[in-house]
Amino acid sequence: MESVKIANGKSPVLQLKDLSVSYSPGSYAVNRVTTDIYPNTITAIMGPSGCGKSTLLRAINRMHDLYPHIKTTGEIILKGKNVLAMDPMEVRRMAGMVFQQPNPFPTMSIYDNVLAGYRLNGIRLKKREKDEIVVHSLQSVGLWDEVKDVMTKRGSFLSGGQQQRLCIARALALNPEVLLMDEPTSALDPISTNKIEELLLQLKKDFTIIIVTHNMSQAARISDNSMFMYLGELVEHGNTTQMFTKPQNKRTEEYLTGVFG
Amino acid sequence: MSYYKTTYAGWRKGKDRTAFILVCLFSLIAMFPLFFILWDVVSKGYKNFNLRLFTEITPSSMDAMLARMNGEPIPGGILNGITGTVLIVGMAIFFSVFLGLFIGIYLADNRGKRFAAVVSYLTDLLQGMPSIVIGIIAYAWVVKPLGGYSALAGSVALTVMMLPMIVRSTEETLKMLPAAYKEAGLALGSSYTTVVFRILIPSGFGGIFTGILLAVSRVMGETAPLMLTALGASVVNWKILEPTSAIPLLIWDFYNDPNLVDLIWSSSLFLLIVIFLLNWIAKIVARKWKV
Amino acid sequence: MEGRQLVGMKDKLFRILLFVAALVILLLAAGIIYALVSRSMEAFGEYGIRGFVANAEWDPRSATEEYGAFSFIVGTLYTAFFALLLCVPFSLAVALFNGEYFRGSKISSFVSSIVDLLAGIPSIVYGLWGFYTVRPIIIEMGVNAQGFGIFLSSVILAIMIIPYASSLSAEFLSMVPNKLKEGAYSLGATRLEVVQHISLPTAASGIVASFILALGRALGETMAVTMLIGNTNRIPQGLRDTGNTMASVIANQFGEADGLKLSALIAIGLLLFVITAIINLIAKMVMKKLARV
Repeated sequence: MESVKIANGKSPVLQLKDLSVSYSPGSYAVNRVTTDIYPNTITAIMGPSGCGKSTLLRAINRMHDLYPHIKTTGEIILKGKNVLAMDPMEVRRMAGMVFQQPNPFPTMSIYDNVLAGYRLNGIRLKKREKDEIVVHSLQSVGLWDEVKDVMTKRGSFLSGGQQQRLCIARALALNPEVLLMDEPTSALDPISTNKIEELLLQLKKDFTIIIVTHNMSQAARISDNSMFMYLGELVEHGNTTQMFTKPQNKRTEEYLTGVFG
Repeated sequence: MSYYKTTYAGWRKGKDRTAFILVCLFSLIAMFPLFFILWDVVSKGYKNFNLRLFTEITPSSMDAMLARMNGEPIPGGILNGITGTVLIVGMAIFFSVFLGLFIGIYLADNRGKRFAAVVSYLTDLLQGMPSIVIGIIAYAWVVKPLGGYSALAGSVALTVMMLPMIVRSTEETLKMLPAAYKEAGLALGSSYTTVVFRILIPSGFGGIFTGILLAVSRVMGETAPLMLTALGASVVNWKILEPTSAIPLLIWDFYNDPNLVDLIWSSSLFLLIVIFLLNWIAKIVARKWKV
Repeated sequence: MEGRQLVGMKDKLFRILLFVAALVILLLAAGIIYALVSRSMEAFGEYGIRGFVANAEWDPRSATEEYGAFSFIVGTLYTAFFALLLCVPFSLAVALFNGEYFRGSKISSFVSSIVDLLAGIPSIVYGLWGFYTVRPIIIEMGVNAQGFGIFLSSVILAIMIIPYASSLSAEFLSMVPNKLKEGAYSLGATRLEVVQHISLPTAASGIVASFILALGRALGETMAVTMLIGNTNRIPQGLRDTGNTMASVIANQFGEADGLKLSALIAIGLLLFVITAIINLIAKMVMKKLARV
């Protein structure tokens, strides 16, 4: 089921066509999902536990490659390129990911953490370039003022919310085409959650964001378009406001009204 | 703002693959010595590996020399070594299990206390002691006062070696048991003593027993401390105050005697079989009795 | 009432018993130190502690009796450190194999079982193998004429300590949180890069501690070294030379020793005890650092 999405008049930056992911032969965690993601929007993927939303997200940046028993079929087109046929390393530079548990690298300083994407990819930068990237990335997540005096320290003393923003900065530093966020605020307190939600609303001017969330109010608050998944299937997707006020599918309505969760 | 520089993807993937190959290669090489040693011991030892090995005592150098001159197989076996090992290690098991069990229980139940921390540290200290130094200690404590070498001295040395291992494995096993076991027992009105012996130890039996087996397999092959304490004997000896032989001691004797040297491989084979058997049983017990 | 009192007493007695048992460790440790120190007194009294430790001379002939530990300290350090050096690439490889690349798989259990078996082989069997099989190879390699010496001993020692260094390191590597590794992969890193920049640095203190512990093991190793080092009582002049370690000289000469010689040997035992205790303490401190990260 699809309603007219917010597209900013542009063509999709990411297209999923019949995307399926299975952990064992015959059973599908994600079953033939087809949808478009438009630039400079926030798209929320929501649904009850186990519906396949994280699995779907992780398929986009080929994280399932790490686990040989997982099979992915279908098409993922990112900026015109077929993700499943590309070199996974290149995919992951184009699609940045932020995880549920903040994971700044404990053996690196805050400065080095922001640049970790470059370091891990063996990209050599001049000091001036490095400084620029670090300042810019930390500013865009609103962390610069808070950490500018402690850049050389390891990030473990930062609060959960700050650590997560650092991880976002780290992902943004590589200037990804799309930012994939897997329940980024579910491990954080309400105030940090709020800060990050505001941040995302700012970021969408420059980036395209897909956010998996188990909190439908979060989806309602910040997303332009939404996808509702149930048992691996894409039940309904479209304009968030429309979906929430007038869901076209009975399942969607039941989920949104709390019949099941 | 983006810095699209070449990321040398091909070069990095090449490095990745090379590193993987090197890791596998070096791991493979690291496994070779085991196979070389086993091959040596088995191929050189199976000839003399017969019933005589277990039933006869070591031949004298003279008899061995005569036999070799006549082209006959060396008479004799390692019976005195086997009985000696049984005696010495047996006594060591007795001492170390008793002590080690209680100390392990103490450490598991008194975690915060200063005294327990000290005991724990000292246990680690004992564990790290070189075996020859333990031999010196047993010499000082038993051989000197008794005026001679003895099986008792040997078992004191092995006890000191086994004790830290048994303390640790008992402590770790008991620590891993859910606190609910102890609490349930006490809640039923049982005494602490009963809870320990009727509930905790039986529940942790797997881990404790494995620890004992591993400690035994470790000390069975020890030579150095026994050289300074039990010395060795050419006859079967069950008297704990007399010098006694042991399998590793015999191997050492054979090694040093050109007439008996052929026996080193069959005795080593025997020793290895026993040690590997103990390790294997320990693994099975550990698996079956998973806490 | 009476029944419960009896039970209470039983428990009290049991707890006292446990305490006494724990006390035994204290007594053991104290007894060990006392025995070693008191019997070393004769040698230390004769030469002074510094004098004894720094003296490279070891002459048991009664007319010119003179004892010093220095040759053996050098021999011990030579063999142990060279063995450590030799074992590093192999121990790291096995640790990476089991803790990272093939973690949790069947082939990993196989490899760790094999390596564990290496740890189960008694020192004397290593000595026999070293003497009969490896020594001819050493002679072929042209290291020295008889094969005995630092080089041969270190090679065998290296093989003996691989299991200790690798199994502990593998454990620390496998404890690196998955979320860190996934974070690195999501930025586009190859496996090697994740190992290099994430896994190894995170597990670093643990890995270093396990190598230090392996060193401690190598320092105290007796039988294999005694059989392979050549037993000469002087400072070894390089890897090709023969020598003696603290452990091997004790094993060799303790049997017939008495008087000043016996005291000197026991003093060497005390030195060995102290050195290994310090090494193990350092390893512990390094591991504590790991807990903080």
